[in-house]
Amino acid sequence: MDNEIKIKSENVDFFYGKVQALKNINLDIYKNQVTAIIGPSGCGKSTFIRLLNRMNELVPNTVLTGKIYLDGLDIFGPSVDPVEIRRQVGMVFQKPNPFPKSIFDNISYGLKVNGIKDRSFIEERVEWSLKKAALWSEVKDRLNDSALKLSGGQQQRLCIARSLAVESKVILFDEPCASLDPISTAKIEELITELKKEYTIVIVTHNMQQAARVSDYTAFFLMGELIELGKTQDIFTKPKDSETEAYITGRFG
Amino acid sequence: MERHLDQELTDLKQQLLKMGTLVETAIFESVESLKELSIERVNKVISEDKVIDEMENAIDERCLDLLALRQPMAIDLRFITMSMKISTDLERIADLAVDIAQRVQDLVGKPLLKPLIDIPKLTKLAQQMIKDALDAFVNKDAELAGSVILRDSEADKLRNLVQKELVDDYMAKDPSSASRAVPLLLIARHLERICDHATNIAEDVIYMVNAKVVKHHPEEIK
Repeated sequence: MDNEIKIKSENVDFFYGKVQALKNINLDIYKNQVTAIIGPSGCGKSTFIRLLNRMNELVPNTVLTGKIYLDGLDIFGPSVDPVEIRRQVGMVFQKPNPFPKSIFDNISYGLKVNGIKDRSFIEERVEWSLKKAALWSEVKDRLNDSALKLSGGQQQRLCIARSLAVESKVILFDEPCASLDPISTAKIEELITELKKEYTIVIVTHNMQQAARVSDYTAFFLMGELIELGKTQDIFTKPKDSETEAYITGRFG
Repeated sequence: MERHLDQELTDLKQQLLKMGTLVETAIFESVESLKELSIERVNKVISEDKVIDEMENAIDERCLDLLALRQPMAIDLRFITMSMKISTDLERIADLAVDIAQRVQDLVGKPLLKPLIDIPKLTKLAQQMIKDALDAFVNKDAELAGSVILRDSEADKLRNLVQKELVDDYMAKDPSSASRAVPLLLIARHLERICDHATNIAEDVIYMVNAKVVKHHPEEIK
């Protein structure tokens, strides 16, 4: 594993009230690679990726110990602005969540929030983001239509474009295809493979085949612990840990 | 938790074992045909081979179905892919039994050139290697599989002994002995190839059990 580390999680414990959701997680996320996080419901995988862009702070009564570094910077450091972290580390959720605005405004919103006013720059950036998200050819003639008119798969790619527009470096995907049909799923997976050339990607998925198809590394979580991290081809052909093997072969329970 | 896949994998294993039993019988019949110079046994080996060919196809099809429909991972994936390879080796062994029987055909009606000494030893070795390779497969016994691989060099030695004796002591001295020596020489060669296939099966068993590649890396066996 000689890749450059983009995100480093060091001795991370996380509690919801008194319930410990993550136990001493030490996990490196490599730059320009896709890391899949798999594990049964409640194993802490979504909790973990929500820490990576400080979304946990939006949940009351939670406690975090340990460190998370983005490019060597402690993202929970005292002088770090969470909004800046969330700009750099974008997130795409299970259910597409476009704003109830036009396609154009969905993308330009983040730019405007970041203080950009130059109209021609914004237009350029909207086109660039939609092209990167492989959506441009489908929407270029109807940028002023409501984003809610798009199909689920298109909405999901719009959410990806929205994250790209603000020049994020890392994109977190939390079950991005759970509500999509196989064709839309295939498009998102193709897109993820394309995006990793320039971005670092973390994807939480319940779909083992999806993890196998899109990721370079796979991490298996169980009851708040990181059980095994390895190259995806090793995890799915010769996992080292018997619990990993039991999970990926469906022998759990 | 018992899965539907477990039953399907058990069925696949049974099918391979059935094929293995037929292959062991084919070898037994072919070497018996040599002992007895019996044309009935020769014909039996040749006609039974079709059944084994069909079993290879059936096993391949079953494995492909499992790969497509169950999308197996880890040990399940290794078991199914290695089953496909093992069925190919078993089919090749059966073909070699047919080759032996056909060489016997050439010898029927002629007196044996010499009493058989090393060929029966090689036969016994080949039969034991196949039996152990299949036992290792059934019992997921990587250690037994390793011992099969280590025996392969013995087979090479015996084949060389047979070859040297037939060439130096018979064919070189009396070229007219060739029509009776060459079939024996080829039989030794076929038996040695059977041992090679048993070795392949053993290597696949080790990969299936330990996910360790020992093929072309004999130093990995211990």
